[in-house]
Amino acid sequence: MSTAKDRAPGPAGSGLNDDIGEEKRLALYRSQVRLRDAEQRAFDLFLQNLVKGTSHLSLGQEAIAAGFAEAMVKGDLSFCTYRGHAHTLARGVPVEKVLGELMQKDNGLMRGKGGSMHLTSEEHGVMGSYAIIGAHLPIACGAAWRAQYRGDKDVSVCFFGDGTTNIGAFHEALNFAAVWKLPVVFVCENNLYMEYTPIKDVIPIPQPAADRASAYGLERILIDGNDADIVYRTAQKAFARARAGEGPSLIECLTYRHSGHSRADPAKYRPEGELEEWKKHDPVKLYRERLKQFGVTDEVIAEIDASVRKEVDDATEACKAAPSPPLDIITTDVYADGGWAWRN
Amino acid sequence: MAEISYRDAVTRGIAQEMARDPDVVFLGEDVAKPGGCFKATVGLYEQFGGVRVRDTPISEQAILGAAMGAAMTGLKPIAEIMFSDFIAVCFDYIANEFPKARYMSNGQTKCPLVVRTANGAGSRFGAQHSQSVENWCMMIPGLKVVAPSSPIDVVGLMAAAVRDPDPVIFFEHKSLYNSKGEVPDGEILDTLGTAKILRPGKDCTIVALALMVPRALEAAERLRIDHGIDCEVIDVRSLVPLDTKTILGSVAKTHRLFTVEENPRLCGWGAEIVSIVADEGFYDLDGPPVRITTPHIPLPAADIMEDVVLPTPQRIMETIRRGLGS
Ligand SMILES: Cc1ncc(C[n+]2csc(CCOP(=O)(O)OP(=O)(O)O)c2C)c(N)n1
Ligand SMILES: [Mg+2]
Repeated sequence: MSTAKDRAPGPAGSGLNDDIGEEKRLALYRSQVRLRDAEQRAFDLFLQNLVKGTSHLSLGQEAIAAGFAEAMVKGDLSFCTYRGHAHTLARGVPVEKVLGELMQKDNGLMRGKGGSMHLTSEEHGVMGSYAIIGAHLPIACGAAWRAQYRGDKDVSVCFFGDGTTNIGAFHEALNFAAVWKLPVVFVCENNLYMEYTPIKDVIPIPQPAADRASAYGLERILIDGNDADIVYRTAQKAFARARAGEGPSLIECLTYRHSGHSRADPAKYRPEGELEEWKKHDPVKLYRERLKQFGVTDEVIAEIDASVRKEVDDATEACKAAPSPPLDIITTDVYADGGWAWRN
Repeated sequence: MAEISYRDAVTRGIAQEMARDPDVVFLGEDVAKPGGCFKATVGLYEQFGGVRVRDTPISEQAILGAAMGAAMTGLKPIAEIMFSDFIAVCFDYIANEFPKARYMSNGQTKCPLVVRTANGAGSRFGAQHSQSVENWCMMIPGLKVVAPSSPIDVVGLMAAAVRDPDPVIFFEHKSLYNSKGEVPDGEILDTLGTAKILRPGKDCTIVALALMVPRALEAAERLRIDHGIDCEVIDVRSLVPLDTKTILGSVAKTHRLFTVEENPRLCGWGAEIVSIVADEGFYDLDGPPVRITTPHIPLPAADIMEDVVLPTPQRIMETIRRGLGS
């Protein structure tokens, strides 16, 4: 059984080396709390039958979304999976837009036409959330190819799970990106499970992504995905490499999801004590301690917590009050002319 | 005006668009330095260079996925899938990704790309390198689907496909690559969603696509000479958008409909056309619409077997003669 003790090296806040700086640290904290609160709220609303369809939460995995998003600059592109609420929020999309989409309201990010698994906000660089395992790795390559072709300096960042490393598109994309030296960063969030099966049962190597990097001529990168500082630093290095034209990176982040795979999953397949063990290494808790080590006062932390809570509360109320989408958008945007006509 | 081959028309169409728009890029397996498995892209690499014309690994998902990502972010990629049968290994992009992105994102995501692919039988390659699979794509909301039958249409529809803001699947017929036709000099730009009446007639309407077009024309000529039957032959050219006006207008004049499809019987594109005519042109019909298709079998490789399963001019002629009771 993998436990929190198996985490990659990289002691929390070691040496109090403040290479990140207080402003960024506070932003990393705020982002993680915001993701935590919004995801928790999504779960609560699901229990009240107000979130329809499915939903895949990132509770416990917030440090990855926050760390990468804080290292990105405007123009960088995120490609997410169905477990994409956190990555979408982390790029600055309002909580109301995300909860609205989950609640299938007219104020939702895509007015109910995409749903929880397809969050997209191009103005924030969120280039879509993809629900066919692995499909977005090649797509991220294509966006990176455009950057390379035009000499643009943006990086395409592609998030996916441990289970995704076994589908063909993963291997096609890694090879393609490495051969073409594309400015794309592949981020494997290894939360130890696919839907219900542990990843270790279906791979012949210990680490699903890191142990495959060498096949594509890439460095083996395995990090503690629950420590936002480590994630942030690793992201910065990979982005610098991509922007310098040195090609892609594959980063495996060890983490753990606190909830089930999707809304309906009570996660009974997990060994007893595993969740509790990982909760000791909860990214939000860890980071709150980190701030204190750096001398951030309880008041400042409480202020951040309260303002995030207010955004989530206000968003919840706005979504509850929002109307359902009008039915006349059912046939819009099938084709680029805005409609759905397939014949004259 | 010059006579060029269907094969050279592919190169000409792509070159015309690449010269016009620096955002047009081209990728695929063996397409650049080797000039393509069917030699349909010879010279593009030399003319436009390796940055715009790129050979890829044998990774159909990476080819189509990369085309999509590039299209979403501003380029106008043309991607080649060497044989249309291989669409099956990257069907996710064709079925789930290209056509749904705009809709699911409530109009945010664009996907202006062209997938061109060698389709159809006649090369004795057997069941995995000979299929006509345009019907696989026709059924997907969000895609556009074209299949030209002549060099001039190849150039004009290629230009229209590249300039179209939607994903277009462009089927080239393997057995037409050597065929020739007159193509005027200068820029050629056609319109998607327009069928062409290639031969006017009054006794029946024959609707055909790609390789079935020259066969339908040959059958029509023999029906005229041998039986005095005057067929109107329509080249559909574009399955999506579909020019139903031209088809319904023709049936209103001739009162009989025959479709000639290379697809195996079940759910071939002719079924949709027959259904539209049955719905909207029923009272124009003097007899049942008839579909002439490949039977519901995998394609055999041997020439004598392949030849009997595809609709031939002879079979088209006999079916129409029987259908008209003459
Ligand atoms: C091609 C494909 N196969 C199967 C599924 C069903 N499915 C959805 S999520 C999932 C598990 C993915 O596991 P992982 O990559 O580890 O991501 P996680 O959900 O843990 O974030 C599966 C099998 C799918 N969506 N697409
Ligand atoms: Mg997983």
